[in-house]
Amino acid sequence: AVLKKRLVKLVVNFLFYFRTDESEPIGALLLEHCRITKEEENVFSISFVEEPERKYCFECDSEEQCREWVEALKRASYEFMRRSLIFYRNEIQKMTGKDPLEQYGISEEARFQLGTQKP
Amino acid sequence: MKLNERSLAFYATCDSPADNAGFLYKRGERHTAYHRRWFVLKGNMLFYFEERESREPVGVIVLEGCNVELCDSAEEFTFAIRFGGAKSRTYVLAAENQAAMESWVKSLSRASFDYLRLVVRELEKQLEEMRWGPAAACGGCRGLPGPWKPKPLGLEQSAERLPALPAVPPKENGCAVWNNALGANRPPDTSGCEGHGGEGNLRPPPLPPRRRASSSEVGSAGAAAAGSPSNFCQLHEWYGREVARLRQDWLERRRGPRP
Repeated sequence: AVLKKRLVKLVVNFLFYFRTDESEPIGALLLEHCRITKEEENVFSISFVEEPERKYCFECDSEEQCREWVEALKRASYEFMRRSLIFYRNEIQKMTGKDPLEQYGISEEARFQLGTQKP
Repeated sequence: MKLNERSLAFYATCDSPADNAGFLYKRGERHTAYHRRWFVLKGNMLFYFEERESREPVGVIVLEGCNVELCDSAEEFTFAIRFGGAKSRTYVLAAENQAAMESWVKSLSRASFDYLRLVVRELEKQLEEMRWGPAAACGGCRGLPGPWKPKPLGLEQSAERLPALPAVPPKENGCAVWNNALGANRPPDTSGCEGHGGEGNLRPPPLPPRRRASSSEVGSAGAAAAGSPSNFCQLHEWYGREVARLRQDWLERRRGPRP
């Protein structure tokens, strides 16, 4: 496999990639139901649940950069962020007895209910 | 622009719960006829299918940076998803009744990742304030590990999209960051990181008496300040364990992750 140099941007739950001299992305990866794996030195890969053998590999300039990307990408999905919200909501509710989402008027919002999301 | 379409289709059709689903009429791009489609909202993605039973979506609308507004239209129960760019398309949709329209407008307006992140940050701030006092949340002991997105080095990113937060929570003024990740009720774990499961079912210890509003060292009420030797020993033991774990965690981070 040939390595091509790309500019890579993580924006919300998408990983965009560009040719280094262009302003429009060549492509994007939606980062849901994916697995981020640290591979050999400076390398990480992204694979998706429905096609686990197909790995998108990225080589970084350094181990540190590689680790930062792995951490960032593991937290990049909407589903991860949602689980965090549910967790914090639950914690605050336990500590104060009050639902912190009430002040935003979203406590009944289906998307933030405990127990409806898969782990 | 290439997209991992198979993964999108998988996300659309897998059995993770949808945030909203139902039939809506979608106005065509060039012709103003409305077509009935089956819509599924998951996270910040609004998928639409030709039929409810269709195996894959015919399209998707990414709900970032958009406004959802009611329409002044001859059609009843219409609303629009409007994007900012000059060349961006506005999607006009119509529901079958008032209740459905309201439900869709509500769920679509709150669907963006940006919105979710905003709420999460607010809750994190609240939690920090509760644990460490109001001063802590404003730049002092910042950073709960969890859903922060550290800014990868050397890459451009649009300023409003990603916070420039430290990847590792800083320790300032000798104040260790509360890391609840080791308890049973911990923030969602990043994938592949299975090591912390064995910590047991410990709840965080109660807030120390000095943190309680308007309590003095001498006069605090409450179990934590009872002052009897057995209570104090209990507290001491509890905090000691937490401190030991925090320290170990900090040391491990300094060594760096094992390959």
